[in-house]
Formats: sequence, structure tokens, C-alpha cells
Amino acid sequence: MGTVNFLWNLTKNYITFGLIGLTVSDRYASIVPVGGISMSPTFNPHDDSSKRSLTRDFVVVEKLCLEKYKFSLGDVVVFSSPTNHKEKNIKRITALPGDLVSTPHYDAVVIPEGHCWVEGDNQAWSLDSRSFGPIPLGLVRGRVTHIVWPPHRVGKVERMTPKSLTHF
Amino acid sequence: MRVLQYLSQWKSKAKDGIQQSLRIAKFLCLLHVTNNYIVSPVMVYGPSMLPTLNLTGDVLLVEHLSPLLGKVVPGDVVLVKSPDNPRKTVTKRILGMEGDSVTFLTDPSRSDRYRTLKVPKGHVWIQGDNIYASKDSRQLGPIPCGLILGKVLYRVWPPEGLGSL
Repeated sequence: MGTVNFLWNLTKNYITFGLIGLTVSDRYASIVPVGGISMSPTFNPHDDSSKRSLTRDFVVVEKLCLEKYKFSLGDVVVFSSPTNHKEKNIKRITALPGDLVSTPHYDAVVIPEGHCWVEGDNQAWSLDSRSFGPIPLGLVRGRVTHIVWPPHRVGKVERMTPKSLTHF
Repeated sequence: MRVLQYLSQWKSKAKDGIQQSLRIAKFLCLLHVTNNYIVSPVMVYGPSMLPTLNLTGDVLLVEHLSPLLGKVVPGDVVLVKSPDNPRKTVTKRILGMEGDSVTFLTDPSRSDRYRTLKVPKGHVWIQGDNIYASKDSRQLGPIPCGLILGKVLYRVWPPEGLGSL
């Protein structure tokens, strides 16, 4: 009888913990690892495939911005990829609705209502809006605010606009 | 002596309060998880899904597991985050999955012109049942699967329309 009780309590605790964790990570904030070098040098500046798991950056993603979907130019966001909804990408917003963007492939696109243009900081190694076009803001899953790991890189993620892009 | 008594009384009261609020917090978490990952009631209205859904408002039971697992099929009525306004959700029917080619009338009220195109990878083609008053993939293009919030299971209100769709 004692063991059954103990097991029951254990599962109950696990479930409660899971529920609370899921709610907090959905509504407020969560911590996720950043894979790949598309956002270097902001994240993963020295990515070595040999020790990738050790040098990977972990970042805080806040979800409160999803209440209003108000983003500013230069925000780093997590969004689910438009070509595969199970995959999450991290990129920087470089244009908002109404802005004009010109790229080598598309010539001067106006961002439609409710969409945004995302690009990686590492322009040479990034699969982003330059290949799949503007993405709906509804795909955005959160805004990256801080780096929390590794210890020597702890700090705020700055909002900035890359100068290589031409805005009109 | 009396101070001590007050103190212990206050302590037990505080403990009760904390326990009570913890219970409420747990309940709210459970509510959030069921609402977002299992089923939730949603009120929808508007002309775009006539005659399947009423103009004045229906309450639907929406299930959230199958879009997460990618198990939506053509013909399903789905709840979708509107591509041109992320704060709005719309109800439409899926007519084509990735790789399918869809044929549609570009402007049914004015002409018989139609177009055929292929739905790109990771996207779906959604259309309202009322092709004359629906803003859907015909204007917005195919939409990414990530915008699908849930699949409509049952109608629970009005009572005469109770049942699966």
C-alpha cells in the first residue's frame, strides 16, 4: 500500500510540475538552445561542429509580446518555419508592414499587412525571408531578450538594424 | 504569551492562504494546458463559412492535437490565425495540402475565370464554404501550416445544430 501511495504522489508531482512548466513557458518565458550559425556573431560566434553542444548559446525567449504582436525593427524573434511548422528558427526582424525591401532575388517588395521580413545576422549562411519571402506575424513564437549560457556571454540581446540592407 | 499566540495564529492563516492560492494557480495551469493542447470552446461568426456555420455565431469545440502532430487532411474545418492580422482567428476549410494542385475561381461573383496552382511545401490551401464572401487563400495565397491553431470537432451551440461537422 505504501509503495502505491508513494508512486501516486510522485506521478502527481511530476504532472503538476509539467503543467506549471508548460504554462509558464507558453505564456511568459522559456529558455531554448540556439542551433546553427545563421545568427552569428550575435549567437554562436565560434561554432565548431566538433564541440557544438558545449559552445551552443542558450537564450531567454519572452512570450508576453504575443498578446499584442507589437514588434520593433531589429527585434530578434523565434518563429516556426513557413516550410516546416515543426521547426523553429531564430532571426532578426528587418522590416515591418508597409516597409520596402530590396534584395538580389526579389526586386523591391512592400511588406503586406500583418507580415514581417526576417533575416539572419550572418547573411552568407542564413535561410530567411530572402528565400521564402515575408512571413505572417502569426508564426512568431516569442522574442529573444537575453543570452544566459555560456557564462562569459551572458547579457542582453541588442536591438539593431543591419546596415548591409537597403531601406528606402 | 499573547503575542506568541497571535503569531502562531497568523502563521497558520498565512499557510492556508498560500496553499489556497497554490491550488488556484495549479487549476489555472491545467486550464491553460487543456485549452491550448487538447480542446477548447471557440465562438465564431461571420458569413464566410455559410451554410456550414451560421452567420450569427456558433460555439465550436476545437481540438488542438492534430495540427501539432500534422494530422489535418483536406476537408477538415480548421481554426487559423489570420495571416494579415495575427490577433484575429478565422475558420476555414482545408482544400489542399502541400504538393496538391488546386483550381479556384478568382472572382466568382464577376467572372468564370479560374486559376490552377500548386501548394508549396509546408503550406495548405484554405477556403471558406461561401466563396462569395470569404477572404481566404484565393486572395492571401497558401498559408503556412504553423498558422493552424486547431481542428473543429463539434458544434455545441445552437442546440439544433449540435453534432459533428
